[in-house]
Amino acid sequence: MIPAAFEYYRPKDMDKVLSILEEHGDDARVMAGGHSLIPMMKLRMADVPHLIDLQDVGGMSEIEIGADTIKIGALVTQSDIIDHAALADVAPILREASLQIADPQVRYMGTLGGNIANGDPGNDMPGLMQCLDATFTVVGQDGERAIPARDFYEAAYVTAREDGEVLTAVTIPRPKGGHAYEKQKRKIGDYATAAASVQIVNDGGKCVSAAIAMTNLSDTPVFSKTAGDALVGTSVDDAALKAAVAAMLGDIDPTEDNRGPVAFKNHVAGVILRRAIARAWSRA
Amino acid sequence: MKDEITREERVDNLKGMGCSRKRVEDARFTQGKGNYVDDIKLDGMLFGDFVRSPYAHARVKSINKDTALKVPGVLAVLTADDLRPLGLHWMPTLAGDKQMVLADGKVLFQGQEVAFVVAEDRYAAADGIEAVEVEYEELPVLVNPFEALKSDVVLREDLVAEDGSIPAGAHGPRKHHNHIFTWEAGDKGPTEEVIANAEVVAEESMYYHRTHPCPLETCGCVASMDKVNGKLTLWGTFQAPHAIRTVVSLISGIEEHNIRVISPDIGGGFGNKVGAYPGYVCSVVASIVTGKPVKWIEDRMDNLMTTAFARDYHMNGKISATKEGKITGLQCHVTADHGGFDACADPTKFPAGFMNICTGSYDIPTAFLEVDGVYTNKAPGGVSYRCSFRVTEAVYFIERMIEVLAIKLNMDAAELRRINFIKKEQFPYKAALGWEYDSGDYHTAWDKALKTVDYDGLRAEQAQRVKDFKAGKTRKLMGIGLSFFTEIVGAGPVKNCDILGLGMFDSCEIRIHPTGSAIARLGTISQGQGHATTFAQILASEIGLPADSITIEEGDTDTAPYGLGTYGSRSTPVAGAATAMAGRKIRAKAQMIAAYLLEVHDNDVEFDVDRFAVKGAPEKFKTMKEIAFAAYNQAIPGLEPGLEAVSYYDPPNMTYPFGAYVCVMDIDVDTGVPEIRRFYALDDCGTRINPMIIEGQVHGGLTEALAVALGQEIAYDDMGNVKTGTLMDFFLPTAWEVPNYETDFTVTPSPHHPIGAKGVGESPHVGGVPCFSNAVQDAFRPFGNTHTNMPHDHWRIWRTANELGLHD
Amino acid sequence: MSKKKHVTLNVNGKTEEFLAEPRELLIYTLRERLNITGPHIGCETSHCGACTVTINGKSVKSCTMFAVQAEGAEITTIEGIGGPDNLHPLQEAFKEHHGLQCGYCTPGMITRATKLLEEIPNPTEAEIRFGMAGNLCRCTGYQNIVKSIQAAAAQMSAAKEAAE
Repeated sequence: MIPAAFEYYRPKDMDKVLSILEEHGDDARVMAGGHSLIPMMKLRMADVPHLIDLQDVGGMSEIEIGADTIKIGALVTQSDIIDHAALADVAPILREASLQIADPQVRYMGTLGGNIANGDPGNDMPGLMQCLDATFTVVGQDGERAIPARDFYEAAYVTAREDGEVLTAVTIPRPKGGHAYEKQKRKIGDYATAAASVQIVNDGGKCVSAAIAMTNLSDTPVFSKTAGDALVGTSVDDAALKAAVAAMLGDIDPTEDNRGPVAFKNHVAGVILRRAIARAWSRA
Repeated sequence: MKDEITREERVDNLKGMGCSRKRVEDARFTQGKGNYVDDIKLDGMLFGDFVRSPYAHARVKSINKDTALKVPGVLAVLTADDLRPLGLHWMPTLAGDKQMVLADGKVLFQGQEVAFVVAEDRYAAADGIEAVEVEYEELPVLVNPFEALKSDVVLREDLVAEDGSIPAGAHGPRKHHNHIFTWEAGDKGPTEEVIANAEVVAEESMYYHRTHPCPLETCGCVASMDKVNGKLTLWGTFQAPHAIRTVVSLISGIEEHNIRVISPDIGGGFGNKVGAYPGYVCSVVASIVTGKPVKWIEDRMDNLMTTAFARDYHMNGKISATKEGKITGLQCHVTADHGGFDACADPTKFPAGFMNICTGSYDIPTAFLEVDGVYTNKAPGGVSYRCSFRVTEAVYFIERMIEVLAIKLNMDAAELRRINFIKKEQFPYKAALGWEYDSGDYHTAWDKALKTVDYDGLRAEQAQRVKDFKAGKTRKLMGIGLSFFTEIVGAGPVKNCDILGLGMFDSCEIRIHPTGSAIARLGTISQGQGHATTFAQILASEIGLPADSITIEEGDTDTAPYGLGTYGSRSTPVAGAATAMAGRKIRAKAQMIAAYLLEVHDNDVEFDVDRFAVKGAPEKFKTMKEIAFAAYNQAIPGLEPGLEAVSYYDPPNMTYPFGAYVCVMDIDVDTGVPEIRRFYALDDCGTRINPMIIEGQVHGGLTEALAVALGQEIAYDDMGNVKTGTLMDFFLPTAWEVPNYETDFTVTPSPHHPIGAKGVGESPHVGGVPCFSNAVQDAFRPFGNTHTNMPHDHWRIWRTANELGLHD
Repeated sequence: MSKKKHVTLNVNGKTEEFLAEPRELLIYTLRERLNITGPHIGCETSHCGACTVTINGKSVKSCTMFAVQAEGAEITTIEGIGGPDNLHPLQEAFKEHHGLQCGYCTPGMITRATKLLEEIPNPTEAEIRFGMAGNLCRCTGYQNIVKSIQAAAAQMSAAKEAAE
């Protein structure tokens, strides 16, 4: 329960953050709300000789809703997302997903950046970001770059972010159509047994676009283009749902754990996706 | 003075038996002023914590302390070698076995204590632990008891003789080096014969999985050796403080009068805090060695991985009946997995606890039970998690066997129970496996339960649901879970119940003060059951002083009379009886004082609520308050001054609370997610002392039952690694997963108990687990399910549906 | 040994200043440095909520925060919520409705409930169960905790109306 000793920094600007990261290399890590990192440090499963607390760095705590895009700072908490009325209006899937993450206390502290940056396959936001075709702004010594969420996750805890870079914001195109974040879990506070994010657009009874991403069913979130494609041009009838599920199953690769064996997870992934699509379609 | 208030008001003012008195404990707990072990802070206090084995079975080749001892703040690193000269590297268990305090040549389960680091603060201790270098040589791991009984791998080399022979254990001969005991009850020959010749026989194998009591507060202690006065004070999470004192005295050589054990506030016990753990012994030794107080508080992972688990019983049952459904015989064989050491908390003559209550609520003429205990590479134990000794296992067994029999007979399970219940006239009832049940009226309780839930309506609804499911109109099945349990609690009569030779009586000592208030001390210790509130109610009714004027104290062995502690729902049956008896001694003396004051014979006054009045002249009375003062004020011929009494109560029998539970569940077969629609619980605990507290106990016990039945397990992989060692995977439901419960009751007093009370704390857990499990099983019965093992978590429910072809 | 940091906290209305190693968890600061033992430790994986306090108006598990992280914060624990001369309606309601047994989860439970009732002054049962899902209890089965919070909410609403 007692972490190893470490040096603590609380810089007031990003330049200082980056220079500490450069100085100490992979001995240094940034921390937002700390609710992923601190439990690992307490179990001594994460070794962090130099801990950089981001909470005083400005410019990362805002939610900006523009005409075409929404920009959310990395330090925005799940609780901020839930309480933001305008955000709930323009991108209701975010609030729906946030409410299914962890518990009230953790949501007060857990940040969007913390949920998406470290590549934990259990986290809910990465898959959702892929569904929404979000772009992550990542800042380093060489400046800023934008990485699409759909290209960000490489393996468990391995992302396109370099060690010396910090994820500072997420930009989401304003989503269209109906939405659903459907998550099966063993209890409140658990990671997903299987979860699906769906955004789907209905034009005259036909689906004209569908974005589907799956969570905790692989070592990364899975954006399943083929599952979405299987719905486009259809009336999202039973045959289309079956096709979407079959396509999705080809893209995921779940492992056995305490939540259950592979066969169970595959089955439940299909059930959850069907329900998510049905719900999103009913709202489209 | 004219009496202005009515008799009814006088009764109400006492807040005695039967009223929902608000709890006196709540003031400190709601204000954050509880005093738990980890709140204790003493001058110069040190911290101890363990280096633990990552392996389930390994030789310890070497332990290097050098680097650890250089960590700033680390004072000592104790190993078995340091404890050996004191004879403390091993300690006796409550089951007649012995257990390593620190690894002595080898380790037998993952997480086993290897070294104890003592440091100035927690941080240094944690750093010190990382710096201890241990060299292990891995050995083959046995996690399956059936394999263990066939394997050449010797787990307990200390229990094999030099010549390779296997000496008998504490409970008799041992069949194999990994075998612990065989225990039998009942009649083998006659039972086998009845079953062999029966019209109908149902047979089933079931596994009651390993789980853990997991109280919210983990185990811990503060040991403080006062070298000046030669006195050891030991605060700790002890459900049996006096027993701990005696054990510590026996193993340390310090005389009992120089040991003071204090159980302060305890954050839940549920059986986890009955036995002694290496942490207690190491803290005591460290305190003696350093001359300073030493605190040890375990982490949650330590708690789940290494302290006493519960259950882990593999049970095979055969039940025979006539074709009309009258049960004629019952056979049960258990393979009991005790882990690396048999540290089971049972009375010494009962290595399988009271498993022989497994004929349950049914009149079964002949039965036979055989239990084989086995060693494996798992944590030692087990304890009775919110139950009397092994009663959850026994009740689960019979409540599943009756369902399995109902399926075999193609009968309704509620009806099958009814026709086999022990009848009211049959009490006291001598069961085939030995116990004499004190009282019961099962038919009334069952009828009340089934009527309240509209059982026939539920079955009709369920039948329609099956039709709808087969027609593809729904993907949710409906299950009706039934459970009618009889528990055996209140251990117990000294002639057959002892813990390490200490008879399982209990005690109460009362002292009345001159101005009419009182203090009573008991040999039990509350861990949330509200003794300070309820035992004062017992006394208030017995001695006529208001409960609000009575302080109840427990837990300090310097002042409390000797008792065997609180577990197995024994406090009300045993200490509650002692309380009533001591109260009656007070009343008897009070009667003599009253007679003296009223100038009549002793027999000419009678007790009435809060006073003694002259028979036939009720306007002539003395209140208990007046009598209390008189005890200190009057020189009464033949009577000593003062007003005190003590009772050590040896119960003539256990008590047998019972209950009728019904659970309605809807199950999503595609996701495996169960939804509890309704849970009705009727409990009969005899005389009801505080209805509010009883209801709270039922809510809590049912919730722990829900957890166990629907997912809570201690699971191991083949290498003996614990898979469920944190609260991420060890299922503790939140408020969201738990339904509202409907509670109800009947009252069938215990004829042998002074106030007719039976105890209730554990009934809901004992009856709840089979009820939740039966609900799941019942949902799948129409599709061919006879038995599926718990826990019924999502994936296992899904698997049941899958195997029955419900996903096609 | 890492460099100690100077930390200032406002705890239950009182300013506390001290030097702490960065790795000192806030729960230990409260319990061992400041002798505020109401918040408890029930796990090391941030699940149980027994350590819940209110920090700058948020419900936070104090076991998952370093003292240095809380620099400058206003912290309220159960001890600051009410005492013998001024019990909070929740403290009264928990006693009235038997919302506790062993008492170990109670400080965190009540502390979280005070914040829940600020978020939702008249919560439904579902909102209470969802809003309290970060606090585990092993004794009560939650039913009387829900009742206690409902009673306190009603009492606080009535008092507010009376005051207006």
